[in-house]
Amino acid sequence: MRGAAAIVGVSDAVSSTGMLEGSTRALEVQVIREALDDAGLAISDVDGVFSNLTNGWAASLELAEYLAISPRWTDSTQTGGSSFEIGVEHAAAAIALGQCEVAVIVYAATPYSSFKRGGGGFGSRQGTPGPTPAAEWEVPYGNRMPMGAYALVASRHMYEFGTTSEQLAQIAVDTRKWATKNPRARLQEPITVDDVLASPVQASPLHKLDCCLVTDGAGAVVLTSAARARDLAKAPVLVLGTGTCHTHAMISQMPDLTTTGAAVSGPLAFAAAGLSPADVDVAQLYDSFTITVLLLLEDLGFCPKGEGGRFVSDGVLAPGGSLPANTTGGGLAYTHPGMFGLFLLVEAVRQLRGECGDRQVPGAEVALAHGSGGVLSAMSTVILGTEATA
Amino acid sequence: MSDPILVAPPAGAAERFRPPVSAASEPFWEATRVPRLVLQWCRSCERPVHFPREACPTCLGTELEFRPASGRATVHAVSVMAKPANPTMDGRGPYAVALVDLAEGVRMLTNVISDEPATVAVGDAVSVAWEPLSDGRHLPVFVLDPSR
Repeated sequence: MRGAAAIVGVSDAVSSTGMLEGSTRALEVQVIREALDDAGLAISDVDGVFSNLTNGWAASLELAEYLAISPRWTDSTQTGGSSFEIGVEHAAAAIALGQCEVAVIVYAATPYSSFKRGGGGFGSRQGTPGPTPAAEWEVPYGNRMPMGAYALVASRHMYEFGTTSEQLAQIAVDTRKWATKNPRARLQEPITVDDVLASPVQASPLHKLDCCLVTDGAGAVVLTSAARARDLAKAPVLVLGTGTCHTHAMISQMPDLTTTGAAVSGPLAFAAAGLSPADVDVAQLYDSFTITVLLLLEDLGFCPKGEGGRFVSDGVLAPGGSLPANTTGGGLAYTHPGMFGLFLLVEAVRQLRGECGDRQVPGAEVALAHGSGGVLSAMSTVILGTEATA
Repeated sequence: MSDPILVAPPAGAAERFRPPVSAASEPFWEATRVPRLVLQWCRSCERPVHFPREACPTCLGTELEFRPASGRATVHAVSVMAKPANPTMDGRGPYAVALVDLAEGVRMLTNVISDEPATVAVGDAVSVAWEPLSDGRHLPVFVLDPSR
């Protein structure tokens, strides 16, 4: 399956104001059109759809109906922010098996506009607790979600491994350095470790600047077979390997607070790709919070378990570092419309195409995009490569 | 067995979110009217199960029963909320949310009630305490072990 499918079109819609005009459905259609244009394909070519947000009961059916297409491959998998990496995994397999030829994966949400208009923003999980395990066993204790869950994990990582707030802050500082090179980023001013530590504590030990943004945003990616990809508008970006693992839904059921399902999904993806962490030229690591990045660095094998704090402390993730990461400015500074996974894929593709201007990682051939959904619940790793890696 | 530790919410605090009761956990919540902490156990594999389920997640067995629990626990992870997570937590000031490991071997999300929540630390010994709910149940919370 290695290299059988390729991402051939990408688009994302963001704004430095954090807000976008239009309905989420209109934004979905916009980014799908743009991603198809990017690929040199038309909506009539699309025979597979993936959508994870529903207005009613069946996300991919509602989207396909709106687009008036009749796909032969459909997927409404909802794992939160990693849904889109899982979508790539599923689509690549479907394409390799001949179950579809052109698949579209899309996401749009406008929580920031909703909040500014007095709506509920994105927080539906906290807003209307029903008769769920979370309502029964977690909601009564007022854990501010989602950051409270990540704060508990950070507290445990600090206890077990001596990780410090300064080390977590370094991740935010280095990610912001990338954002200074991205005119579309929400936050473009450089920050220091002291700035992070001086920002208000949201849920100890996490400060405001350890936490991702809330913005509007939308994005789409288009996949097709590697064979067809070679005839399209842009150089193909091959899907070299994927892996997925989910371990819990509620933070109180996470089997091990300091080891995520990425310790399974990462090795699966690397084995499928025939590559190792040392081969990754640029990494897009779901940065819902600084602690998320730290855990992913350990679990994906970029450094040993427990050494993430020391690993990041000398700026390895920053421009010019040995592991350029979250080159848009990430969820911490670029955009984060409730779920960020699709934007990781878009940037990974753009880096491998050499389209990133000031933030381009020179000569990038292998990119890793890793999505995290829920509260470190659902992990999915996608390894992408240029044609040279085929 | 020692008398249960009761903790009153701070004067003026909002009413806590009252947890719904699922079918499998009804004995757990009924016992909080005493109040008494019970845990679900699987009789086949002799393991405690939390949250309560219709079947044991280890063996899928359905011979489950509730047994008294010690109420002793250790703080596994802790975070202090600077602001209330939602209106049901208004009027409490900063409060500690913690994952605690019960002596029986299961983990719960809870609050460690303390006048100085920032001093609650991973590894602290804690004991179950009870905050009254308006429907006659009590919510299990924890306090730093009074015997330490």
